Amino acid sequence: MTKKVLLGNDAIIKAALASGVSFVSGYPGCPSAEIGDGMGRIAKECGIYAEWSTNEKTGLEASIGASFSGLKTLVNMKSFGINVCSDSLLPLAYTGTKVGMVIFVGDDPSCHSSAQSEQDSRGYAYLSHIPMLEPSTPQECYDFTKLGYEISEKFNIPVILRVTTRVAHQRAEVVFEEQKKAQGKGVFVKNPHQFTTMPPRVMEMKKELLEKLGKIMQFAEKSKANQVIGNKKAKIGIITSGVSYLHTIEALENLGLDLPILKLGFFYPLPEAKIKGFMGGVRKVLVVEELDGYLEKEISSLAKEANLKVEVNGKNLLSLIGELSAEKVCVALAEVTGKKFTGFKFKQLDLPKRTARLCEGCPYWYVFPVLKRVAPEGTVFAGDIGCNMIAGLAPHNMQDTLFCMGASIGIGHGIKKATDQKVIATMGDGTFFHSGISALINAVYNKSSPLIVVLDNRITAMTGHQQNPGMGKTLMGENTEELKIEEIAKACGVKNIKVLDPANVQEFETTIKEFLAKDEISLIVCKRICALLARRSQQAKGG
Amino acid sequence: MITLLSILDEAAFVEGYDVKSSELHGLSQRGGSVEAHVRFGKKVYSPMVSNGSANLIIALEALEGLRESARAGRQTKILINEYFLPFMGSIPREEIVKQLEESKKDYTLVQASKICKDKLQNEVVCTIYLLGYAVSKGILPLKKESVLQAIKNVVPQKYLELNTKAFELAYDN
Repeated sequence: MTKKVLLGNDAIIKAALASGVSFVSGYPGCPSAEIGDGMGRIAKECGIYAEWSTNEKTGLEASIGASFSGLKTLVNMKSFGINVCSDSLLPLAYTGTKVGMVIFVGDDPSCHSSAQSEQDSRGYAYLSHIPMLEPSTPQECYDFTKLGYEISEKFNIPVILRVTTRVAHQRAEVVFEEQKKAQGKGVFVKNPHQFTTMPPRVMEMKKELLEKLGKIMQFAEKSKANQVIGNKKAKIGIITSGVSYLHTIEALENLGLDLPILKLGFFYPLPEAKIKGFMGGVRKVLVVEELDGYLEKEISSLAKEANLKVEVNGKNLLSLIGELSAEKVCVALAEVTGKKFTGFKFKQLDLPKRTARLCEGCPYWYVFPVLKRVAPEGTVFAGDIGCNMIAGLAPHNMQDTLFCMGASIGIGHGIKKATDQKVIATMGDGTFFHSGISALINAVYNKSSPLIVVLDNRITAMTGHQQNPGMGKTLMGENTEELKIEEIAKACGVKNIKVLDPANVQEFETTIKEFLAKDEISLIVCKRICALLARRSQQAKGG
Repeated sequence: MITLLSILDEAAFVEGYDVKSSELHGLSQRGGSVEAHVRFGKKVYSPMVSNGSANLIIALEALEGLRESARAGRQTKILINEYFLPFMGSIPREEIVKQLEESKKDYTLVQASKICKDKLQNEVVCTIYLLGYAVSKGILPLKKESVLQAIKNVVPQKYLELNTKAFELAYDN
């Protein structure tokens, strides 16, 4: 056993290796990318396989195949990734896994590094009926990952490890074991009865799944992942999970209170009897929960079921929006207990805000101003996820829509069909391979004519520089087919294609004008290496 | 900043403290301001430092140091790297310094970037210089040996000498 200060995500890597994982897949994002990156770095020496998949759906499916072939797997993605892979996730609950699988989903309360929405991915547990665990610390990242594999193996079901930024990117002491020997090659033993979801068998599978969950709930009732801490005699109790648990203890200390806390390591299924038992001993409950009031709703419902006269507080005192802190919990606790609390009063200084901007030397510095200058009045700029998101901020201010990966072409197509305006959709190379291609085919097939500008900076950059199919290199550093965006566009039926270096401003301007004048779909690949990547390659060469 | 954080965490760990830290990556790094929190002591729970409760704020850039000073409590000491990274619409140096003076907060401007550039030909390690400054002046309750050990444990071999030098350079002043 070793004891070290570890990042939450690094603790998860350790736990996966200690559990015998030999197959890792996923798509990079914040706060999950360290898992894939870390696994990629050590894969060869540990004798395991790790890939960055084109998107979270192909990523999950790769691990499903590996699991069915007898290999233990780890899938990693940020919050929105579960949206992308949900199509395979739900049937996976029905088929179950053959060998252990843990799926890491990283939520980002307060959207420190996320656009789209402040997603609370816990809701997927209800939708998919997949067990879900919520660690609070790096030690629990380790322990709950191991627990996840234990549950997965025992019940042949995937387990979701739902983590937030303040846990994935928390550093603290972890006691851990080193890697167990990796498994080697798997064997796919045919079992269509278990691996295919045709009707009417699929209905039978649902029944089996719900029965499984009943057994997992009994397991949860006995699990140490759910525990009661503190003064069990007090009449006001707290129920909490994840990082909120840490804020809660801090808040209790600040207020000089000693109240019982039911810490839930399981989000789904909930240890219902344990919760009812906890509520039976108190008059008031405060559910300290970040984002949506899922736990609070379940707990209120359980109280009703058990005929308990307990006042359940939660979202009446804590916001649905934004991450929690010890101070916010103090305010809520003060309300519930009647204790006085004055927070630290301060006034934000009226200073100019430093917003995100493109790195010095970024190829996008060539692209945005030229597009803006050349595009006629009324041109709609459909934006996408990645470094080019920054088009929406000063000094560029050229982003009329921003949704999720691939939506620049997806939505741009809709606007083009609906109006007489010019539409320019911009996306990066990573995004193109993630979900741009199907949107492109839709635009060609359904005859619209946006101008698509793909910014190929030779890497998936915003998420920390990960490999993608356009680079000809895998996560494990092996050479592979280098897919060319312009060739794919041609194969998708785009007739007007140009590949150029955006630093050749004249050429770029001329091409934009030429393509915008056409009533046909067109695509420009702006190929120029990411400035940070170029700098690092230089340093590596120069030493 | 992550290196500074890792070293700080490790130093506290080496000295037997319970330590927790929290950091932000991703979009927040593309030129926006980023912050990391470290808490260590006999037992710590939340990885985030509450407003007003910091013992020490280390700011790697002057405007950000000024911005953060609003959240400094009476006991908070602020070390600000005398380094200005202006952007379109930001305020001039003189204004930043003036507002710091008017803030009545306990701050010190440290020429970390300049000293590191002059003596080590490397500005990036100004973070470690600031750490050295804090420890040498007793602002950060950690032993010099703990930090040196932490640097050895955490920093890759090829940057070991540079980081150690940057830390010890602060003791020369």
